[in-house]
Parts: sequence; structure tokens; C-alpha cells
Amino acid sequence: MTSRDTPRIETLADDAWLVRLGEAIDPGTLRRVHELVRGLRDDRPPGVVDIVPAYTSVGVFLDPRRTEPTRVRAWLEAQLAARTDRAADDAGSRLVEIPVVYGGEWGPDLEDAAGSLGMEADALARRHASGDYTVAMIGFAPGFPYLAGLDPALALPRLATPRTHVPAGSVAIGGAQTGIYPRSSPGGWRILGRTPLTLFDPTRDAPALLQPGDRVRFRAIDPGAFDRLKEQPS
Amino acid sequence: MSARGQPPAIEVVAAGPLTTVQDAGRVGWRHLGVACAGALDGDAAALANRLVGNRPDDAVLEFTLSGPSLRFAAPVRVALCGALVDAVFETDDGRACPIGHGRPVDLPPGTLRVGRPRMGVRAWLALSGGIDVPLVMGSRSTDLRGSFGGLDGRRLQAGDRLPLGPGGWHPVQRPAQPTWWTEFDDPLPAEPCIRYVPSGHSQATSLAQRHWRLDPRSDRQGLRLKGDSLACTRVDEVSAAVAPGTIQLPPDGQPIVLLADAQVTGGYPRLGHVAAVDLPRLAQLAPGQAVAWRAIDALESRRLWAHRRAQWYRLMRGLDARLAPGTPADLI
Repeated sequence: MTSRDTPRIETLADDAWLVRLGEAIDPGTLRRVHELVRGLRDDRPPGVVDIVPAYTSVGVFLDPRRTEPTRVRAWLEAQLAARTDRAADDAGSRLVEIPVVYGGEWGPDLEDAAGSLGMEADALARRHASGDYTVAMIGFAPGFPYLAGLDPALALPRLATPRTHVPAGSVAIGGAQTGIYPRSSPGGWRILGRTPLTLFDPTRDAPALLQPGDRVRFRAIDPGAFDRLKEQPS
Repeated sequence: MSARGQPPAIEVVAAGPLTTVQDAGRVGWRHLGVACAGALDGDAAALANRLVGNRPDDAVLEFTLSGPSLRFAAPVRVALCGALVDAVFETDDGRACPIGHGRPVDLPPGTLRVGRPRMGVRAWLALSGGIDVPLVMGSRSTDLRGSFGGLDGRRLQAGDRLPLGPGGWHPVQRPAQPTWWTEFDDPLPAEPCIRYVPSGHSQATSLAQRHWRLDPRSDRQGLRLKGDSLACTRVDEVSAAVAPGTIQLPPDGQPIVLLADAQVTGGYPRLGHVAAVDLPRLAQLAPGQAVAWRAIDALESRRLWAHRRAQWYRLMRGLDARLAPGTPADLI
């Protein structure tokens, strides 16, 4: 069983280690990843500069001018040994609500996606919005959250030809994952809707709206609410 | 004699194909998907900064394949490090003189025209006071993919104005530079050999047994290698953190070596990582250039890096003596 895998520490770079907690994407492994990240952040020694969670692993980067790779490895081993196999409960994580307008010009793929899943567009939007998601990791672009917890029945293949322009705030499904485009960019995921919230602004004190480990709920709103929320400063 | 105060901004007369503001990089934000960015050869940038009296992590200009032309309305001290480039300074009354590499150069008002590197592809230009664009997430580096940092998050273009921080400079009437010069790395040979630490992947050591050339589609995000394809049996892995220097094997079997602007996570199988000591050398590989690979173990890689740091501190101590107050600058 994946969640019982013994963690492995691999060399990622001369100044980085990669702790692997499992091989496959599953909720138990993801919880252990975020629990480990919280533990590492709370006990970070000088010279450890970045702790980067992903679905099954944690990257740990150090500044070799301030610490030794072997010293950081010893710290990681001690952290892993001190950890029991209990999975983190959700009590320590934030819950962030994301308002979304589903369909229409905001979600140009909603109708087609619903058709290919054999359901009505409203039903697809409702089921997507009723999910309980966790920010598994942030990657691809600054502030792009990969959300775990998509109903497996809603998995959709990526577009054969990616769009050259996906508007900022687009809420989309790619394979078994769902996510939100923080800024307009090319992209191949199916766009179901759009949020007026600004996911990433490098000039804010907290540049990213979402952090790895956060819990996320979507709330369906109408276009009028979208415009009102858009006008508010983020 | 040096003056202190706020010098006027520099005007970009011509930018060159890819000139960006870079410092030591943006550290501490990878978990939010934010790349490091920063000078591709941090040591060359720090050396240029040292020569003009800046802090090692002050912002400099990084340019690729051809340098910028910059107009100064006030005196400034500059230093060029990295690839050896031809540079000429023209005073406002029409006199021109060549500008040396790897040394502090005091300039009166006029125009500095930086040309093409004779060897290598990238060089760094430090200006006294440092390029004083706003700090974004702790760094002045340009994040080209994220479109923030540096000057409006983009490469420079003609007509831009670059603010300089307060710094000491010598109010000279004519360009002045010492006859001595310094550099940290040897120029790359025609077929450089890059050392790397192989992963456990079945093709990891095959990298060193094939001939590779640098694909022209390479950029600050990654170097693409062109050669006999390596077998890629596993198509995809679960995405995990990657680092500058990570060697990825995409399905087409043509490896990609990540650089400072790379995304923070990746799902391609990994062949290993470039030895930290050779990362700055990657910045000088030219499109089409042959590049060989040699596998070393992680211990050797760390030993080489420690040796490079020791050399660096010796270079800095030597410069401290040379750059002591009243740096002797021969008039030219």
C-alpha cells in the first residue's frame, strides 16, 4: 500500500534533496506530503531556503553558502524518523472559497464537456462546485494550483490542440485534475468557468491567493456578482 | 575622488536581442510556482558588481548574443564580465575608445556600445549603484515567463530608462580604466565537457556516451540537446520539484537541461543533474555547439563546488587589495 512506503531521500541537485513519500497520486500520500511540509517549515534550520511539495514528494532547497547538504539531509532523516504514520487531519489547513461563473463566455467548454460526460451542463457545474478540493501543489506558472479531489466521473481529456489564450481566472479540468489559470496564458485544459479573484499578484504581501495544502470550495455565482467582485481590490 | 548622490537614469539606445535586469535570483517562493530567475552565471554578475563597488546581489544587465547601447548623462563606473565582448565608448564630442573586459571602467557622459561576444554567448554589465528597479518578491530579477520583476517584467527595448541606485563614482572627463583585468572562469573550449551526477534512470549514463549539440530553441528556461535519441521507456512520472541543472528526458529522447527560468516542478523522467560547478558554464553554450557530458558522483560534485568557492574567495581577496581606496586608473 502506497501510504506505507518508506520515504526515500534522493539527490535533486548539489543544493537540493527530493523526499519521495510514494509513487502514485492518492489522498493518503498527499496528506503525508503536506504534514511533512508543515513539520519542516516549523523546524526549518538556517540555510534551508525552499520547501516545495508535489503530489508524492517534497523538494528541499538549501543555500550551500549557509549550510551543508549533508547537514540538511541529516535534518530530513531526523524529521522523517520522528514522524508517526498518522495522516494530517484537515484542522490545520485553511479553507478558501472561490466564486465562479460557470458556462457561457466564462466557461466556453462547459457544454461540450457535459455532453462528452453524458450529463447536463448545469449538473456538471453543480458537481464540480460541490467538490471538496485540496491544493496539492502549485506549478506550471506562478500561483497555478493543482487541485486534488476531483470527482473521478468528471475527468476529461485535455484539448488535442491547446488554446493560445486562456483568460486569467479560468477554472478548468485537465485529466483527473482541476485547476485555475492565474493569468492569461496558453493552455489545454477544459474551461468550465471563471473566477473574478486574482490568484497571483507578485506585488501583494501574499502574492498567491492559495498555498499548497489549502482546502478549496467553489461557489457558483452569476455574471453580475462576477462584475461586482472584479471591481473590488484584491 | 568620488561623488555620492542620485545619478540620472540611463537611456537604452539599443537593447540587443535579449537584455534583461537580473540579480542573484528570487529565492523562497518555489512553493508558489515562482522560478528563481537571476543571472545565469551568478559568479560573473557578482564579479562585475565587485569591480564597480556594488553588493554581490545588486542588479546588473545580462545580455545574450549581442549587447546593448546605453547613453549616460552623468559619470558612471561600469564593468563587463562573462563572455569576452567588444565594447566601445563614445564621448559626446565624438571621440571613441575601446572598453576593457573584467575591470572597473570610469566613464564620463556619453554612449557605451557593447557588441557581440567573441567567445561564449552571454555577458553581464554592472553599473555603480546597481540597476534600481523595484524589488518584487525580494528580487529585481526579470521573470520573463511570469512577466514581473526587472523592468516591467520584460526584456529591454530601445527608449527604456534604467534608474541607478546611489553609488560612488568618479567624475572623470575621459574614460579611465586600469591595464589589469580579471576573470573567474576560463573561456569554454570548442567542445566543452559538462559534468553531471546521473540519476538511477536506465539511460542516465548514456548521456555521456552520445554526441550532442545545442538546439537553437534553447533559452533561459532550458537548454535543449540534439543528438541520437535516448530511449524513453517511461512516458510520464508524477510531477515533482525540479531545479536549475535538472536533466530531463522528454518522450522524444532529446534531453532538456533546466536553467534559472525553469518551472519549479516537472513530470519528465530525470537523467540526473548538472554539477553545480558547471552550471555557470551552461550560460555560454552557443546554438549548434557540440557539448560532451561526463558522469561524476555526488561527492565529487560537492568537492568541485567547494574548490570553486575557495578560488572565488581568493579572487575576492586579491581584488580587495587592487580596489583599495583611490583605485589607480590609467588614463587612456
